[in-house]
Amino acid sequence: MTAYIVRRLLLLPLVLFGITLIVFSMLQMLGPDKLLSAYVNENLLDKLSPEKLEALKEKYGLNDRLIVRYIKWLKNLFRGDLGWSLVGKEPVLKAMLHRIPYTLELALYALFPVVGVGIWLGVKASIHHNEPIDHFIRVFAVVGWSFPDFVFGLFVLMIFYSLLGWFPPGNMSIWAEEIFSSPSFKHITHLPSIDALLNGRLDLFVDCLRHLAGPILTLSWLWWAYILRITRSSMLEVLRKDYVRTARAKGLDEKVVINKHAKRNAMIPVTTVAGAMVIGLMSGTVIVEAIFNRTGMGRFTAQAAQQLDFASLLGAVLFYSTILVIGNLIIDVLYAIIDPRIRLT
Amino acid sequence: MDREYKRMLKKFFRNPSGLFGFALLVFFVLVALFAPFIAPPQPSNKHEPYMMPIVTWSSEPQPPSKEHPFGVCGRRDIFYGVVWGTRTAFRIGLTVTAISTLIGLFIGSISAYYGGWIDEILMRITDIFLAVPFLIAAIVLTTLLGTGLDKVMIAMITFGWMGTARLIRGNILQAKEEQYVLAAKAIGVSMPGIIVKHLLPNTIFPVVIQASMRMGSLVITAAILSFLGLGAPQGYSDWGAILNYSRDWILGAQGEALKYWYTIVFPGTAMVLFVLAWNLVGDTLRDIFDPRLRI
Repeated sequence: MTAYIVRRLLLLPLVLFGITLIVFSMLQMLGPDKLLSAYVNENLLDKLSPEKLEALKEKYGLNDRLIVRYIKWLKNLFRGDLGWSLVGKEPVLKAMLHRIPYTLELALYALFPVVGVGIWLGVKASIHHNEPIDHFIRVFAVVGWSFPDFVFGLFVLMIFYSLLGWFPPGNMSIWAEEIFSSPSFKHITHLPSIDALLNGRLDLFVDCLRHLAGPILTLSWLWWAYILRITRSSMLEVLRKDYVRTARAKGLDEKVVINKHAKRNAMIPVTTVAGAMVIGLMSGTVIVEAIFNRTGMGRFTAQAAQQLDFASLLGAVLFYSTILVIGNLIIDVLYAIIDPRIRLT
Repeated sequence: MDREYKRMLKKFFRNPSGLFGFALLVFFVLVALFAPFIAPPQPSNKHEPYMMPIVTWSSEPQPPSKEHPFGVCGRRDIFYGVVWGTRTAFRIGLTVTAISTLIGLFIGSISAYYGGWIDEILMRITDIFLAVPFLIAAIVLTTLLGTGLDKVMIAMITFGWMGTARLIRGNILQAKEEQYVLAAKAIGVSMPGIIVKHLLPNTIFPVVIQASMRMGSLVITAAILSFLGLGAPQGYSDWGAILNYSRDWILGAQGEALKYWYTIVFPGTAMVLFVLAWNLVGDTLRDIFDPRLRI
């Protein structure tokens, strides 16, 4: 087990190195002058003398040979110098650090309803195989999976905000924003809703949740369909197994058979799609944050693309790829813990 | 082989959801083919039929009427955009799927056939491309290339071949040891000959299924990029671009929250049905091929 984890950990820097290669090659599609705008505040750029500009190009190694340029770029990257963000009007790293908590909060909150409800629906359908409820859930699985999340998000906004007024867009209400930025408010985890609880402000916490509800619903919808169909087919397969029949023959309560014997074994295929789900949730934040006006990494990415802010875009790629690679690693390790057979290969 | 395909076709058309998906697909093909008759271009956009004609000068959307059955949004006729958008969706989906699948086939089969360090290098490159989330990669590459529908397609192809490459590599590695391949080798058939004539035909079916299942999500990704303003320009017959415009009207008017419902419902429904059609067809094919995952 340890050997497996160590091997995976050793591969991690290699993949991260590969990602920097991809990002750097994409960056090379721009000329030196355009590249400079990715490093320096553009207001400053216009005022600089040509000699100063050359000096800056030199500093960021824009006139060098490709390999030298790459090494200089990597060095800056390691120092945390990702360049100047047009969108954030501050250095890219700082801008990202301000936004990451909002995205993490959203993804973490979405994870529980996605997995919980998805599995619950899948189990429900498999127990009532070929009954009306099963047909209903199956139709939901197919239609839900075909519903693009940005279209669904627009509907959520229209119905739950505009019509009913329940789930407003944005991070939080204006009054909450004022409390949140006041000096007496302690930022402990930097996740707004958790900090609200830690500061004993239940009203603030509720306000954060209200603003999170729409995005979470939009993110979950698609993945409910996905998780439920995997759970359902895997449950159906397990329920046909001999040991389930034995458990039933022993006279065990049906609840125990389902929960202890069937469900546990049926969960193994579900963990294999967790990787796809993490990618999906993270990419989903781009759309959801753009639609619901949340100031997280997703909207940052979308804005950076719209404003041709290359430095921020590349920062975003690095962020999302790192999350993806680490997420996949955690899932693989979890998978090895759940299913001992995998460790040997 | 022939008999096998016939049996599969029979199974396909006996499956109600497969049949429904196929019917939907036929419907969309017909709409795309007969777009010039269903929504004839106006004199104002005769030379660029993919631009939705401007029908009014008021920027406020107008509800469905006799002349404009889906309403008017962004001064343009939504019905026209939805009909011609079908062509755009097919163009994006088919182009990206076809080219990225071919690239994947090429890389996967080279990797599997040669093995050794060629395989190692190609597969590590594949891993690295897989390490960037598809949507993020598409957004960034499209922006770097300079936005537009063609750039969107290039970006999606660049980051869309890895799944096929892995799939075909695995299949060929399995088939490589089969008798017929060894026999072909023994009688001196060249390497490309073996791949093209023997290995690919026997391992291609899962790739076709995978491609048909990807069509839906590719069209969604392209629409997201247009929705974010990186793909099709405003006024272009593209479902994502229409939705990008309707976004400004989503909150309705004072006291009438759902006043502009038609700006989302019609292009949105077209997208959902299009994706649904491909997913149903892909699912049914997969079920026939691999009954374990049947839903």
